[in-house]
Amino acid sequence: MAVANDNQSFPALTFALSGEVFALDANTVREILDVIPVTDVPGAKPFVGGLINVRGRVVPLADLKIKFGMEAGEANADTRIVVVEIDLAGEPVIVGLLADKVFEVTEIGGASIEDTPAIGMKWRPEFVKGIGKRGSDFIIIPDIGRIFAAD
Amino acid sequence: MTMIDPAATFRSEAQDLFEELERALLDLEAAPDRRDLVDTAFRALHTLKGSGSMFGYDRVAAFAHHLETAFDRVRKGEIPPDRELVAAALSAQDCLRRLIEQPDRDSGDEAGILARLEAVAGPAAAGVGMGAAPSGGGEGPVTYRIRFRLAPDAVAMGNNPLLMLDELRSLGSCTAVAIDDDVPPLEIIDPTQLHLRWDVVLTTERPHSVIDDVFIFVRDGMELEVTRIDGEAGPRRLGEILVERGDVSLAALEGALARQEPLGRILVKEGVVSEEVVVAALAEQQHLRQEAEATRTAAKEQVTIRVAADRLDGLMDRVGELVIAQARLKQLANALDDAAMKSAAEEIERLASDLRETTMGIRMVPIGTLFGRFRRLVHDLARDLGKEVRLSTAGEETELDKTVIERLADPMIHLIRNAIDHGLEDAAIRGGAGKTAEGEILLSAVHSGAQVLIRVRDDGRGLDRARIRAKAEEQGLIAPDAKLSDAELFQVIFHPGFSTANGVTSLSGRGVGMDVVKRTIDGLRGNVEVASTPGRGTEITLRLPLTLAIIDGLLVRVGKGQYVIPLSAVEECVELTVEEDLRHTGRNFLNIRGDLVPFVRLRETFRSTLPADRYQKVVVVSAGERRVGLVVDQVIGDHQTVIKSLSQLHADVESFSGATILGDGTVALIFDVGHLVAQGQTTEVQRQAS
Repeated sequence: MAVANDNQSFPALTFALSGEVFALDANTVREILDVIPVTDVPGAKPFVGGLINVRGRVVPLADLKIKFGMEAGEANADTRIVVVEIDLAGEPVIVGLLADKVFEVTEIGGASIEDTPAIGMKWRPEFVKGIGKRGSDFIIIPDIGRIFAAD
Repeated sequence: MTMIDPAATFRSEAQDLFEELERALLDLEAAPDRRDLVDTAFRALHTLKGSGSMFGYDRVAAFAHHLETAFDRVRKGEIPPDRELVAAALSAQDCLRRLIEQPDRDSGDEAGILARLEAVAGPAAAGVGMGAAPSGGGEGPVTYRIRFRLAPDAVAMGNNPLLMLDELRSLGSCTAVAIDDDVPPLEIIDPTQLHLRWDVVLTTERPHSVIDDVFIFVRDGMELEVTRIDGEAGPRRLGEILVERGDVSLAALEGALARQEPLGRILVKEGVVSEEVVVAALAEQQHLRQEAEATRTAAKEQVTIRVAADRLDGLMDRVGELVIAQARLKQLANALDDAAMKSAAEEIERLASDLRETTMGIRMVPIGTLFGRFRRLVHDLARDLGKEVRLSTAGEETELDKTVIERLADPMIHLIRNAIDHGLEDAAIRGGAGKTAEGEILLSAVHSGAQVLIRVRDDGRGLDRARIRAKAEEQGLIAPDAKLSDAELFQVIFHPGFSTANGVTSLSGRGVGMDVVKRTIDGLRGNVEVASTPGRGTEITLRLPLTLAIIDGLLVRVGKGQYVIPLSAVEECVELTVEEDLRHTGRNFLNIRGDLVPFVRLRETFRSTLPADRYQKVVVVSAGERRVGLVVDQVIGDHQTVIKSLSQLHADVESFSGATILGDGTVALIFDVGHLVAQGQTTEVQRQAS
């Protein structure tokens, strides 16, 4: 994930959350699943309120929309679960991320990445690592490490 | 296949050798005249030196050489294995350990330790050379020839030669031949006299003296000859054996050999020896042949093999997945209702269950391996604190999952430290209280159902109830007027930061430690109980599940979620009657055969929105002494469960100890019964208080 910080190019998986386009470092993505049954965890933080079975592993399911303060929506035919490996206090942890829609794997040019503007941001700036551009669209590069560490 | 790093093999072998050496050293301190311990220590050092230089650990080899030299002198009886030598050897062993773990780091204390060793054992120069073969007793099985003839009146005196032969047999592989060439003709025989003599060939690892001890009560008037015969060169010819035994002269043998008839027959015919003697010699030859054969086979097939721990973990994971897949197959087979399909599914179920048992068996390790590690700790602590401590252990053979054992090491260290530092009094105080000067620490382990109980007991002063209570109230841990049983009160010692110690010693008193114990045991799905009698000592019991990997569970439904309750904690299931249910705002108590058991409505705890089932069930679970009822919508049935731990993202979720995957592929959470019981009890206490 350090790649984006240095404003270098990196292969990214782009997906949609509440109409915005987000990008994840494609190297951290393990697989993309259709929606599967989710088990609620009573007493857990809403952001990681569920568990799913990923090939025999019990994996927490996270909803980034809650962290970004977005409106939650019902799952539909386009909804996917992006399974990523994140680093949590030095330990690799597998996490599923809900996405309204998954687009493609694309190269995000380092030159096109701008630092997070301090103001004028709709989303909590500390969770955004940078803003990339593809054509005339903006792509939000979330800071996955900080999102999962912050409580 | 992964490449096996020979140096890693050496390091793990060295670990075993260190353990062996340490055990021998500590035993030796208690029993300085046990020569076999000196031999064991010497052997371990010798192997360490040899393998060390083979794998390029030259400093290890050189250092081990000095230590070996010292022990060679002990073996020869030149210096006594006293406390000082053992202490020097122990610190030398620690140095060796460091040299292996960090071969490149210069610890700088090698010279100091060597000087100390030399002060005790004399200069190293006079010792054994590099690569010298170990000699003398104890380095492996040795074959003896034992010829004995008891005094003629031995039987009349009440001795039984058959018992002596049995005793010899118990020492090792043994071939005995009775020689009856002195038995007089029947007309003149005196039946009260013993006319037989015996030739016995014994291959044993026990020292020579043990053989002498067999005959210790019949020595008067008996003939006994014990000779070490070298079986290592392979089986020898009959003639050689007879000559060496002095039964035949070399000349007679050579003459007989020249005629090329079967040697034994010729010798008998010539009247040189009796037939019985030849039979005995033949038996000896046979024995040596078998021994040689046995040594060869033993070298070929190893009894144990070393397996990397992560491969075992991998195997356990696969078995776990198999159990899940098998559960799905069973469900499908039942749904299809096809007889052939069902029988195949049952076959798979049986195999999966066998495989599970076997795999778990592989992971089981006797807890003695862990107890053994604490001997050094106790030894060092006793020395540092100037207390006399005797460590006893019981139930070392009790087996536990290796992961559990590894994770037990830290909490056990804390408990033992506490017991020695706070529990045991000084010798003077003990004497005043009429106790032995030597304090006792007892480590024991015992199976109890699907749990293992591990106890650390000391016979020291016991916990100070009043002081703990005062401190706990001062720190706001308990209400000043709360009525608590001893067991409940003592639980506060596990509270983070709780300590009654006035001063902080280097060992304990900072109030950290006991909470570490509690946390680790909780993490192992176990619990801790404390019992203490003032003046008599304290006993801490750790209750642990046998394995971390798979449990039998009871599958229940609450709202739309399915949950697993560990079956070992379930006592019974009862229906929640309408009257009891209606006491909604009143006391949540269930009358179970006269006992009042508080219950927890899981629907409320989990904020289920679905309407409740009309007939709700209560699953009564217990943790230690305490019981609590869990109200669920439906009891679904038994479920064999592979436990998957929850990620750190759910570290704040307390009601569940893990999760599992059900037959249909969905995830179900496993209740943390200990936590629920504690919660149920507190809720009830608060309800009562308000």
